[in-house]
Amino acid sequence: MNEVVIKTDKLTKRFGDFTAVDNITFDVSQSEIFGFLGANGAGKTTAMRMLCGLSTPTSGDAIIAGFDVYNQTENIKKNIGYMSQKFSLYEDLTVIENIHLFGGIYGLDNYQLKNKTDELIEKLGLQGERNKLVASLPLGWKQKLAFSVAILHQPKIVFLDEPTGGVDPITRRQFWKLIYDAANQGITIFVTTHYMDEAEYCNRVSIMVDGKIEALDTPVKLKQMFSAKSMDDVFLRLARKAQRTSD
Amino acid sequence: MLRFLLRKEFKQIFRNKTLLPMIFAMPIIQLFILPLAADYEMKDISVAIIDHDHSVYSQKLTSKIAASGYFNITAYPKSFNDAFEFIENDKVDLILEIPLNFEQELIVVKGQKLFIAVNAINGVKASLGVAYLNRIIADFNTNVRLQCIHPERFNIVPTIRVTSSNWFNPVMNYRYFMVPGILVLLISLVATYMCALNTIREKEMGTIEQINVTPIKRTLFILGKLIPFWVIGLLVFSFGLFIVARFIYGIVPVGSIILLFGYLSVYLIAMLGLGLLISTYCETQQQVMFITFFFMMVFILMSGIFTSIESMPAWAYIIAKCSPVTYFIDVIRMVILKGSGLGDIQYHFLMMLGFAILFNLWAILNYKKTM
Repeated sequence: MNEVVIKTDKLTKRFGDFTAVDNITFDVSQSEIFGFLGANGAGKTTAMRMLCGLSTPTSGDAIIAGFDVYNQTENIKKNIGYMSQKFSLYEDLTVIENIHLFGGIYGLDNYQLKNKTDELIEKLGLQGERNKLVASLPLGWKQKLAFSVAILHQPKIVFLDEPTGGVDPITRRQFWKLIYDAANQGITIFVTTHYMDEAEYCNRVSIMVDGKIEALDTPVKLKQMFSAKSMDDVFLRLARKAQRTSD
Repeated sequence: MLRFLLRKEFKQIFRNKTLLPMIFAMPIIQLFILPLAADYEMKDISVAIIDHDHSVYSQKLTSKIAASGYFNITAYPKSFNDAFEFIENDKVDLILEIPLNFEQELIVVKGQKLFIAVNAINGVKASLGVAYLNRIIADFNTNVRLQCIHPERFNIVPTIRVTSSNWFNPVMNYRYFMVPGILVLLISLVATYMCALNTIREKEMGTIEQINVTPIKRTLFILGKLIPFWVIGLLVFSFGLFIVARFIYGIVPVGSIILLFGYLSVYLIAMLGLGLLISTYCETQQQVMFITFFFMMVFILMSGIFTSIESMPAWAYIIAKCSPVTYFIDVIRMVILKGSGLGDIQYHFLMMLGFAILFNLWAILNYKKTM
């Protein structure tokens, strides 16, 4: 059994009298691809922000890569990668400049930067686009680039918040190939998505409804449990119970 | 790490093909135009003269007024009521009424009264107009006394004559006074706006979220934002001072350039800090524009550039004292026109240091990485 890299215990976040994340408890092991599903407004993004050290929990505990989310957020940040829903590279910098910026921020030296950059460019087939502004790339390429930049510093965990939103099916498949490659390198993948075919690619899946985790298991077992044909059915059954309106 | 942030900021600024020319061109254009418009001297004040006397003396007075260069005699109405209509229609700023028997009584009966009515809608124009006119009449009066009154009847009354000499700006060229002040305003505008807008853009684009999950310290990120605009501020100021002020307006600083730039450096840090502070409280560019505009209005009108802060009401004086712009306007005029040294601006220096620390510390504390 691999080492546990994300461990939460009754993690809760309240905004006034609204409980966005309600007592969630789960573990994620190293190299696992963990699908974090839920309807819009179920509390996924809030939960993820707490795990990244962007938001302080109201109560409960979470240990990320061996560090506490209350007072070791700086250590957490050194050991994670993050790719947000909104596209998060600098559009007015070139491909190379973005790679150098984020590599530099994570403390790679010039030699490492050069190697990593060449490796990454070749892997993504961006040789012709090295010096083009990121703004000029198609969305699918931007997302692949953003993911590659997020794991440039070999983090223990990478958090992906709806990374494939608005991307065509072919590119989504390529994107998931990158995710598998990263997992094979020992990077833990924590991913949210609304595409149920992608949920099938995950090792384990949790489904959040109204701030609580309603189900958590492998896709095969979840389908058995709900005697459903696909993850789509599982998701619909659980998400229909939601009281909250989506945001 | 700072190296990477700075490289990023400079590349972004110099790649922005609309913003970059604006940062440099707008202040320069304004420096060309504004001092020419912000003229204190009143010329072309319209006067209506009601001459009931039609004598040599009343003619003399009229031509003296016309020759002064300040006044335009636009009408010679018959009565005060006619003249008042001109005022009501905004055709005339001043009415001078010369009574009947003006000449006779002036010579025979020691004195005579003139009547001046002012259109005080434009207060500055009115008070300056009256002052100019009074001076001309007083001057006329002295001449009359010397020439026409018989020496034996002339009582020698001791009078005090005031001769003044204008120090530091001998010819009272208002541009020497306005250009440095306007330069300060333009620099403040560039620093505060640019810094606030640049930071808010990262918020709007969502890139700040990406920066926030990296191990960058917030102080470092803020430094990365400050330094590029600090450098640009220094460049714009140098261009304004050494090129525009020198070659267009002929202003050569009397005091130490090093002292001036030393002060400017601290001032820019304070104003950039204010820009950052504004951006930490805003979510969108509109909010930034609106709030910065509010501050700019206060800075422009209450920092002693057009009106002396000493003559403001107490509450306004306090507000003026809370504006960093006030101090720099004071310092730039002192150093450029008077050649003041470090000892003279000690107080200003300490105040500005205070502003710089306050704004930046506040901005850093308010720039929350964790929400």
